[in-house]
Amino acid sequence: MTVALSGKEIARQLEEKFPGSTVQTDESSALVQDKSLLQTADFLKNSPELGLNYLNFVTAVDYFDYFEVVYRISSLEHNHWFTLKTRVYDREDPVLPSVVGIWKGADFQEREIYDLMGIKFENHPNMKRIFLWDGFPGHPLRKDYL
Amino acid sequence: MALRTEPFVLNMGPVHPSTHGVFRMRATLDGEVVLDIEPVFGYLHRGVEKLAEQRTYTGFIPLTDRMDYLASMSNNLGYCLAVEKLAGVKIPERGEYLRVIMAELQRLASHLVAVGAFLNDCGAYFTPFLYMFREREKIVDLFEMVSGQRLTYNYMRIGGVSQDIPEEFLPAMDKFLATMPGFIDEIDRLLKENEILLARAKGVGVLSSENAIACGVSGPVLRSTGIKWDIRKADPYSIYDRFDFEIPTGEAGDCYDRYRVRVEEMRQSLHILNQARKDIPEGPVRADVSHLVRPPAGEVYGRIEAPKGELGFYLVSDNSIAPYRCHVRPPSLINLTPLREMVRGWKVQDLIIIFGSIDITMGEVDR
Repeated sequence: MTVALSGKEIARQLEEKFPGSTVQTDESSALVQDKSLLQTADFLKNSPELGLNYLNFVTAVDYFDYFEVVYRISSLEHNHWFTLKTRVYDREDPVLPSVVGIWKGADFQEREIYDLMGIKFENHPNMKRIFLWDGFPGHPLRKDYL
Repeated sequence: MALRTEPFVLNMGPVHPSTHGVFRMRATLDGEVVLDIEPVFGYLHRGVEKLAEQRTYTGFIPLTDRMDYLASMSNNLGYCLAVEKLAGVKIPERGEYLRVIMAELQRLASHLVAVGAFLNDCGAYFTPFLYMFREREKIVDLFEMVSGQRLTYNYMRIGGVSQDIPEEFLPAMDKFLATMPGFIDEIDRLLKENEILLARAKGVGVLSSENAIACGVSGPVLRSTGIKWDIRKADPYSIYDRFDFEIPTGEAGDCYDRYRVRVEEMRQSLHILNQARKDIPEGPVRADVSHLVRPPAGEVYGRIEAPKGELGFYLVSDNSIAPYRCHVRPPSLINLTPLREMVRGWKVQDLIIIFGSIDITMGEVDR
C-alpha cells in the first residue's frame, strides 16, 4: 500500500528549513505560500528520506476567491506520497513559478492549467495554450466561465 | 566543397494513419534525420472535466468511456473507485470479481491493439494487426454480452456493476481463456526473434529510467525501463491483492522492450483471469447506492493501473450531486512528455515507431 506522508510532519520539516512557508496542513497535504513553492518543492524532491521525485499530476481548482494548485507527488522507491498545495488570489493575472525544472512531467500539465484555468507559469519553457487555439476567449474551467 | 543542408519543417498529422487518432507533430528535419518535434494537441478536446461539473456522479460514467476508448472498462473502474473512495461505499464480492475480470479482459484487448498497431508502424502492414483484431473481437463479444455495447461499455456503476453477467458469459470466457495462450505463443514464435523487428525496434527510442521518473511516465513505458512499478501491486485497489501475478519489466527501455512488456503482461492478465474465474462467488453485483449519490465534502485521488499507465481521478466534492471539480490524470498525455528527447537524432521512420510504441489514445490525451 502506498503510504500517505503526514502533513504535520512534513510541515514541521518545511518550517524548520523555510520559516513562514507553510500556511496550513491536514492529514496528507500542506499548503505553502506561492513565493516559497519552488524551494519547498525542491526540498521535497531532493531530501533523501522523502525523495518525492515522481509527479503524479498537477491540477488547479477554482474556489472563486482563489485558485488552488495541487501537486500530487510520490516516491516509487519509498512507495509514499504527499500533496503539496498553493494558492493564487489574483483572478485578473494569476502567476505562479513553474516546477518544470524540478519535475519535468509538469510540462504539458502546466500548459493545460494555463489553457483551461488561466494561471500563467513563470519560466515555463513553452507557456502557451495546449488544447484550445490561440485567441480562444477566456479559460473554460473557471467557475465563472459558464 | 562540403554539402550544405538546411533543416525544414514537416507537418505530420493530424490526419495520418500512423498518428493513432488526431495527433499532430511539427517535425524539424535535416534530410531524413529528426532534429526536433513539437507535439500539437487538442483536435479531440471535448472539455470532459468541465462537463463532469454539470453532471451527476453517475452521469459522468458514460463520458469516461469516451476518453480512452480502447479501454473503456478501465476508465469506468478508475472513476467509480475514486467516487467510492470519497463516498465510502463497499462493493459486494461478486461485483469486485466482475470488475477485475472486465479490467483484465480490457487490458488484453488494449494491448492487442497496441501491439498490432505498433507492428503496423514497423511496416508489417495489417497482417499481424488483423490477427490481433481477430482475438480482440472475441473479447469485444464478451463485453457485448454483459453490456450490449462493443466500444463504450458504460458497464460499471458506483457500488459495483450495472447488471450481473448472463449465463453464457462464463462458458464463452472459458473458451477464450483456453485459446488465448496459444495465440500469444504464436505471436512470440513469429515476432520475438524476428530479425526485421529486432533491427527496427532494438535500441531505438531509448528512454532511461531516470528520465521516465522525472517525466512522470507510467505503465508499460515505465516498466520497460526496468522499474518494477505496477499500481496493482504497489497500491492495490479493488481485490488485486488476492491474485498472484508477476510484473514483467524490460531492461533497455527501447521500442522492443515496450513491445515485449505488453506481450508478457497479456500472459499475466490471463493468469489473473483464470484465478478470478475459479474464485468468483455468487451474490449481488451492486451495493445499494442512489443514482444521485452525494459524497461528503472533501477531495480524493483514486488511481488504477490502466492498460496505458496510471489513470487517476482527482475529485473535489462540495456534498452536492455533481463533482465540484473532476480532474483526470491521463497516462497517454503524460507518457508523451519524453517523446521529444526520445526521437531526436532518429530517422523519420523511427519517429513513427517510437511514437507508436508509447501507445496512446487521443481521446484521453485531449479529453
